[in-house]
Amino acid sequence: MDFIRFIAGSVKIIFQGSKTYYAWLLFLLLLILWGGLGYSTQLNEGLIKTHMRDSVSWAFYIGNFTFLVGVAAAAVMLVIPAYVYNWKPIKEIVIFGELLAVCAVIMCISFIIVDIGKPMRFWHMLPLLGTMNFPSSMLSWDFFVLLTYLLINLVVVIHLLYRLFYKKEYNKKLVITLVFISIPMAVAIHTTTAFLYNALPARPFWNSALLAPRFLASAFCSGPAILIILFQLLGKFTKFEIKKEAIWTIAELMVYAMFIYLFFTIAELFKEFYSDTEHLLYWKYLLFGIGDNKEIVFYSWSSIIMGFIAFVLFLIPKTRKNFVTLNIGAILIYFSVLVEKGIALIIPGFTPDTLGQIYVYTPSMTEIRTAVMIFSLGFLLFTFIVKVAIAIMFEDYNIDVINKKARIADRKAQPSTN
Amino acid sequence: MKKNNTRRSFLKNVSIASLSAVALTGCSLKELDQFFQKNFRTLSKKEVDQIIKDLKVEYKEKYGKEFHVSTKPATEGILFGYALDLSRCIGCRRCVYACVNENNQSRDPQIHWIEVLQMEKEKGIDFAHSDAYYNPVKVPEKGHFYVPVQCQQCKNPPCTKVCPVKATWTEPDGIVVVDYNWCIGCRYCMAACPYGARHFNWGDPEVPAEEINTEVHYLGNRPRMKGVVEKCTFCIQRVRDGRYPACVEICPVGARKFGNLLDPESEVRYILENKRVLVLKQELNTQPKFYYFFGV
Repeated sequence: MDFIRFIAGSVKIIFQGSKTYYAWLLFLLLLILWGGLGYSTQLNEGLIKTHMRDSVSWAFYIGNFTFLVGVAAAAVMLVIPAYVYNWKPIKEIVIFGELLAVCAVIMCISFIIVDIGKPMRFWHMLPLLGTMNFPSSMLSWDFFVLLTYLLINLVVVIHLLYRLFYKKEYNKKLVITLVFISIPMAVAIHTTTAFLYNALPARPFWNSALLAPRFLASAFCSGPAILIILFQLLGKFTKFEIKKEAIWTIAELMVYAMFIYLFFTIAELFKEFYSDTEHLLYWKYLLFGIGDNKEIVFYSWSSIIMGFIAFVLFLIPKTRKNFVTLNIGAILIYFSVLVEKGIALIIPGFTPDTLGQIYVYTPSMTEIRTAVMIFSLGFLLFTFIVKVAIAIMFEDYNIDVINKKARIADRKAQPSTN
Repeated sequence: MKKNNTRRSFLKNVSIASLSAVALTGCSLKELDQFFQKNFRTLSKKEVDQIIKDLKVEYKEKYGKEFHVSTKPATEGILFGYALDLSRCIGCRRCVYACVNENNQSRDPQIHWIEVLQMEKEKGIDFAHSDAYYNPVKVPEKGHFYVPVQCQQCKNPPCTKVCPVKATWTEPDGIVVVDYNWCIGCRYCMAACPYGARHFNWGDPEVPAEEINTEVHYLGNRPRMKGVVEKCTFCIQRVRDGRYPACVEICPVGARKFGNLLDPESEVRYILENKRVLVLKQELNTQPKFYYFFGV
């Protein structure tokens, strides 16, 4: 009974809010509708509504999947510095980090589902029910670690919030153990996703040992960028208090990550350009285009420029500690990594294709609309669970409130009994 | 006893009722059956027979023709191999279209299992400078040679290794096949194949009823559906009946040779032992059973 009241109460909280909040919800719903209508044409007519073809058989969807794996990983990896530097409020950082991770993983799985030709056959991948090709296929590994990661994080946040709601102490042993498992798991999901591409000698662009390290470094740029902005918003609108210094430290860590990413990329570029083998083609396509085929150049350079500006803004202490420039930097690095993973990582892997032919790919309207649908759904889910989490953590939404309300309601309904 | 009887008859009635309900919605039941259909390699003989029966009905409805759907397994002592004479091929693409007709590839959107690359003699085998869309009035063009590429039927296939659901595998006679009813359409195999040999049904495949080939194999040229991957199977429906693949038969210059690698008397074995032979992308250790050679 308490649980049903908890759910009912949570639903009520979700629908209570300011005008801005409702405008935000409406905005997301409109985007979901617009995106969903686009996706429905793909459902009817098949993936032919995308611009993917045999030459470029994976593209925007799988790129977004990769990007979101990075977000999911970094959100939890942020727990390490929070622990090391003893940022207060560590519990809140853990909860919001893991909530973000949960939403990001759900979005990852959604991107896989819209990308596959027969989504109804998804169960073929499940162990026991289907015939999972484990341990041979990196995709089954990836699916397995993502699912585990999702479950671990769900258990942690649900447990923490549930106990807070019932005004009980949380099970420290359980939570700490699971958090300590989820940190290496965060590294694992992104490494496995990198290995997914890395495992293909047919695609020299990805067949570099630096791919997984570059993935991790870039994830450590984009994931914390979201959290920096989220923490500021929470600080402004709720009782959540995070020290300025903590945010600056996150920004400082991001600079290290950006620097490492830059170094890895330069190492990769040196090897490719100095050796000047046939494998250079893919990098040439990415950075300069081949012949008249320059469609992707805009994406790659916009990612590079945004990333570079963010790096400078974060590197200089003055701009790092100014919240306006800090936030500009965070947004820039977020979009830089999004474009890098969404387009610049995947497309050159397929262009030119294995037989040297060039098929020029840019996302179709259907692909963009489907991606918008998934992102908006993810943001909506994140908004809702963050709203409930805020109520429980900062607004004293707990079992007493619900019981009191229930008692009042009872008394009104049946004044004679009890 | 009596009570038991009534219960039984009640159960009977219920089952009759539910059966008739199911019969009314027969169409969706068939879809449900297909949804729960297991991986081909885990099916019993009885299940396979039932599936074939259903498929024949389905194809009859769709194309108005009687189909012969074979599930003939590999013969022991046979390992198929292919050899293609680069010095003879003139780039006429007859093999491409013979393959399309034989294997019921979709006409719209167009799927070709064989891709012929035009290369410059000066550069040798160089994919980066090859042209798959050459379109002169007459072939061969001066200064060029032609490299047709199709599934290389690797001994160490990267595509089957990466499939997350075991929907594609190597048969005992060396043919790499796809279970179209088990493939989830993730296209990981297409990313893994170094030869561009795998093709995806991006839309609903369309083959005109008058052009459909009714002699089909379950693991080969039977009509496919939207959202699954397909590939060359050395014409599994033909070669398991002792016939040549369609591309071998059509080749006007005799550039294509096919046979049993385990038979020392076979033509492919003669070529392997006596000609200068190469495989594509040898450095990837895929170990193709599709050899290119220079006959003259």
